[in-house]
Order: sequence, then structure tokens, then C-alpha cells
Amino acid sequence: MNERHPMESATGPLAKLARPATFVALVVLGISFVVPFVWQVLISLSDRSEVDRLTETGFPSRISLDAYVRVFDQVPFAKYFFNSFFVAGWVTLLQVITCSMAAYAFSRIQWPGRDKVFLLYLGTLMVPGVVLMVPNFVVILGLGMFDDYTGLIIPAAFSAYGTFLLRQFMLTIPSSLDEAAAIDGAGHWRIFTQVILPLARPGLIVLAIFAFLFNYNSFFWPLILTQSENLRVLPVGLLQFNTTYGSDVPAIMAAALMAMIPPIILFLLLQKYLVKGIQLGAVKG
Amino acid sequence: MAQVTLRDVKKVYDGKVVAVRDVNLTIGDGEFLVLVGPSGCGKSTTLRMIAGLEAITEGTISIGDRVVNDVHPKDRDIAMVFQNYALYPHMSVEKNMAFGLQLRKLPRDEIRKRVTETAGLLGIGELLQRRPKQLSGGQRQRVALGRAIVRDASVFLFDEPLSNLDAKLRVTTRTEIKKLHKRLKTTTVYVTHDQEEAMTLGDRIVVMSAGRGVGVIEQVDTPLNVYRYPKNRFVGAFLGRTPMNFFDGRLVEAEGEVWFVAGPEHAPSIRLAMLPQHGAKLRDRVGDEVTLGLRPSSLSEHPMGKETAAHSTIRANVQVVEPLGKNIDVSCELLDGSPMLARIDARHDFPTSGEVKFYVDMEHVHLFEPGEFGPSLLHPEGAPQNETATLASGA
Repeated sequence: MNERHPMESATGPLAKLARPATFVALVVLGISFVVPFVWQVLISLSDRSEVDRLTETGFPSRISLDAYVRVFDQVPFAKYFFNSFFVAGWVTLLQVITCSMAAYAFSRIQWPGRDKVFLLYLGTLMVPGVVLMVPNFVVILGLGMFDDYTGLIIPAAFSAYGTFLLRQFMLTIPSSLDEAAAIDGAGHWRIFTQVILPLARPGLIVLAIFAFLFNYNSFFWPLILTQSENLRVLPVGLLQFNTTYGSDVPAIMAAALMAMIPPIILFLLLQKYLVKGIQLGAVKG
Repeated sequence: MAQVTLRDVKKVYDGKVVAVRDVNLTIGDGEFLVLVGPSGCGKSTTLRMIAGLEAITEGTISIGDRVVNDVHPKDRDIAMVFQNYALYPHMSVEKNMAFGLQLRKLPRDEIRKRVTETAGLLGIGELLQRRPKQLSGGQRQRVALGRAIVRDASVFLFDEPLSNLDAKLRVTTRTEIKKLHKRLKTTTVYVTHDQEEAMTLGDRIVVMSAGRGVGVIEQVDTPLNVYRYPKNRFVGAFLGRTPMNFFDGRLVEAEGEVWFVAGPEHAPSIRLAMLPQHGAKLRDRVGDEVTLGLRPSSLSEHPMGKETAAHSTIRANVQVVEPLGKNIDVSCELLDGSPMLARIDARHDFPTSGEVKFYVDMEHVHLFEPGEFGPSLLHPEGAPQNETATLASGA
């Protein structure tokens, strides 16, 4: 077949170069993404005394797992892991529930001012989170949720972004299904739970992944909201190796590496949904 | 079973766009009524108002003796088949059919019995465990029908249920729907844009239009009455497999008869004498501009040279001849260049060019006042009373 795709550019020496050039650019980009991780692994395997010289030598003279041992010896790393999972897990569950209900209301129910309220809702996405940090902190303090799991979970249980994501997804479900269900005898609750939710499953999964990853990585809010050792989440826990007496860089790298494993596994398992999620709303059907 | 009544029903969207108005209909118990019209005529809106999926702006809708204006769809005792079938994609065929019964808290045995019976009736017994996406278009259509039938509702509502099927399947499914109705005798309101579907299915048909910017009913009657006695030019043009021919002209009186004449005085392209019974109605319209409506099937071949019945013939130049089997469609041009289609009995040696003469069945010509919605001059009220007397007249 000699037919050329309409998107392809004209022939000529430039066009012939375009393909390899793209390839090279992608390889360079790929390497630049991977190098920090390789560097991280190398540091985590080095001796603490050797770290400063690693930029010159390029490779540790002795492979050592000491840093990994230190992570578990010096801080309650398992507890941090648990806290991170516990908080991110609850947040994910609650977000899926609240966002799907809000999305149903914004996409399937006609009520006066609906779309204006939704715009307002979306508007909150434009406000940088840091701006709201202090007021939120004061509110949480007032509610008695300071230094408590609830303070970490409840404020994150609602998400304008998640609502937006699910609303867009639900808009692609034909409204005749709700109508058929209504005629069949279903009210809103049944339509929501038995028709819309099962059909919105891909959207729910995407939201769950996003919500989990985002909260698993959350640092600043848990940092200012918790005091007790046993409430620390992983990103905050990593700070422990950064003391006024100096940083235990190999230990930080080792801990960070271990903390990265669950999200990577999660991503590998669910990446087809993630890709779908990024496309959500872009293409109909 | 129930009678459905619509009184002065009006629907206004967003306080300004009038979708339909002046809808007055009585759908008899067990009747099959078809709402037909081009897109935007408000037929689907009307159906959706009966279903309770759209609120009514003005007027009343009753099912049985009960006014249902503010009754939730689920409490109206209706079942509906949607254009896109609206099957629940995540449920098996069996669950799709059982869903409504479960919500109505029927005993499990009763549900199973009804679903099996209905599936048998529609020939989808083997498909019960499949998901909708594993079914062909025709099978989905049956499941959608089954989901409506299994509910044993007192009114069935169909919203263009056949428009997603291919032509052949559409015809067979149409026949099946008619058979089902004959058997179940459930009051049915059926919406379609296809005039042929409307003609073949309906006990009565309701022709709607949006020509004046608002959906309104143009005519309600049996299919044959609407076909034979269109109240206005729109209805005449809308019904019929081949489009009606229209010619602008005027009425003149000569030789004691009323004539329709088109084209210049000295060389008219059409000159037809109205039948005496029609002439009586037209005498005081002599001199007026009118439009002649001529169905292709009201034309037949007239032997050339023979000069009988010159007052009921039209001369034309043949352009294209299309054999259809029993008939041939002849596209031709009148002397003044206006196009005309004739559907006549097939003949091998029908000339494919040159001048031919057609005989016009004057019994079945139509005369309208000018304009797209010009009222009929011969049957302004539709079919004569004696032809509708046998039917419970609706609106």
C-alpha cells in the first residue's frame, strides 16, 4: 500500500529524518526519567561515609544493605507504612462514595442551578491548596481532629476533581437507562446503586487509583496535622533521617525506595484503567 | 388495559420553546395508536409526557380514570421500549427482564415463570443468560420488547423501536409487533418517523408536524382514511411510499364544468376536469390559485393517439423509467418542465423517452390551497363521516 496517512507530513529529506529523530528524543527522555531512580538505588546501597564521593566514583565501592536495616532499626517504619495505607485506604473508599454520589447528582438529576453550582465546585480546583492550609488547619483544630486519624481522613474524603472525573464519565451513560429503570419502578437510590454505579466501574477504579496515589504521597498536611510518632505517615516519616546533626542519605533513599513499591505494583496492575482514565471525556464512547 | 386521554396538552421548554401544543387524543382501550411525523414535530415529547419522563406544562393526561400529570413513571402502570433499547448492559437478558418485576416485589417463582413464558413467546429462551452486547440488533430488540411485555402493564409505549434495525429486519419485526398486539390487546402508543411503519401498524395514526414552528397534530384517523383524505397538503405529502406530485394552478369554469389548469392559458401543461361531485364544492372557488395533489399511483398509462377522456389526461416527456417488479416508476417532465412521478403497471416496452400520455384517476385527486399546509378543498375535515362512523372517534 502506497497510501499515505493524511496526518503524515510531506516527503523529503526532513521527513525521512523525522522518525529516527523522534526515536532518539524519546530514548533521551526515557533515560532522563530512569537515571534518578538508578541513582537512588545506588545511594541506598552505599555506605553512609561514601555518599559524598559517589558523584566522583559513580559506583559504590562496596554494596551494603545497612541503610535498609537502619530504616527499620531507627524508626517505626512498619507503623508508617500502616498509617499511610490506613489513611490512603479510607480516603480512597470515602472519596469513591462521596464523589460518585455528587457526580450522580451533577449528571443524572435535573435541579435548578445545577450547572452553576457545578462550576462553583470546579472553581475550587483553581484555588491553590497551600492558600487553604491555614484556614483548614484552624477548622480541624476547632473540630478536635488535630493529631488524629480523622483529621487526616475526613478533609480528604471529598474531592472536586473526583466529582468532575466521575461526572464526565457518567455523562457518557445514556439517559435512557435511567428512564427505563424509572419506568421499571426504580427510584434514584436504586438507579444509582443498581444501574449507574455498575456501569461507572471503570471511572470508579480510575478515581480510586488517583485518590490512593495522591494521598499515599501526601506530605504537608500530615506534617502539620500530626505530632505523635504513631500517627506519622511515610513521607513525614522519611524526615526522621534528616536531623540537625546531618542527613542519613542512604537511609532516606532506602526508605523512599521501599515506600515506592506499593504504588508501582498498583500501577502495574491497573495501568490499563489509568490510561483509560486519562482519556476519560476526551473521546466519547 | 386502559384508555389514555390527552386534553389540551402543551409542553414548553425553559419557559420559551414550545415543543407541542393543543394535543387532544383519546387512545381507546386496546387500541394501537401511532404518532408519526418528521423530526421535531413533538411526537416523542408527547410519548414521553405520557410516560412521565417529561413534565406537562399545560393540560391533563389520564390513564384509565386517573389523571397522571404528577404521577411518577413507575406508578403509571406503563412499559416502554426505547429507540436504543436501553437494556442494562451489565445484566443478563434474564435480569434485564426480571428487574422491573423484582422492584415490584413479585415472588421469585412468579418472576421466573413470567420471564420464561415471555422469552418463549419472543423466541429468546436460549439467550436468557447472555449479556446485551452479545446479542444482535434484532435480538436486543426482542429483549427490549420482552422487558416491556413481561411487566404486564396496562399501556405500552414505543419510541421508534425499529429505527436501529436494517430494512429487512424492520419489516419482520413490524409484523411481529402487530401479531403481539393482536394477541395481548394492550393499549399501545407507538412513535415513528416512518410513514410506512405508521400505516402498517396503527389502528389509527396521528400525523404531526412542526412546520409552523410548534409541534401540532395535523390529522387523526385510520391509516387508509388519512391516506385517502388528507386534510392538508402536508399530510398528503407525508404519507405514501412515493411522494405525492404537486402542481400549482388555478380553477376555471368552462363547458359547465370546473377545471384545474396549470401553465399558460394558450398552452396549459395540465388541464383536468373535476368530477361533478367535486365541482359542486369548488364552484365558488373558481378563479382562485390552488395546488393539485396527485399520487403517482393515481396515474395510469393512456394509449397514445386515442382521444377519449381528454379532460382527464396529462401529457409528459419520459425522463427515467425504473422497473420495480409489478410496477414501474416513470419520472417525467410536463410541457412546462415541472417534474412528475407516475407509478404504473409494468410493461416491457414502455418507452424510455419521448412523449407519453397518462390517464388521471379523477376520483382520487387532491386540491389544496397554496402553501405547505394549504387545507384540502375537497376534504377539509378529512374522511367523510360515513367512513369513520365504525370507529370510536378520538380527537
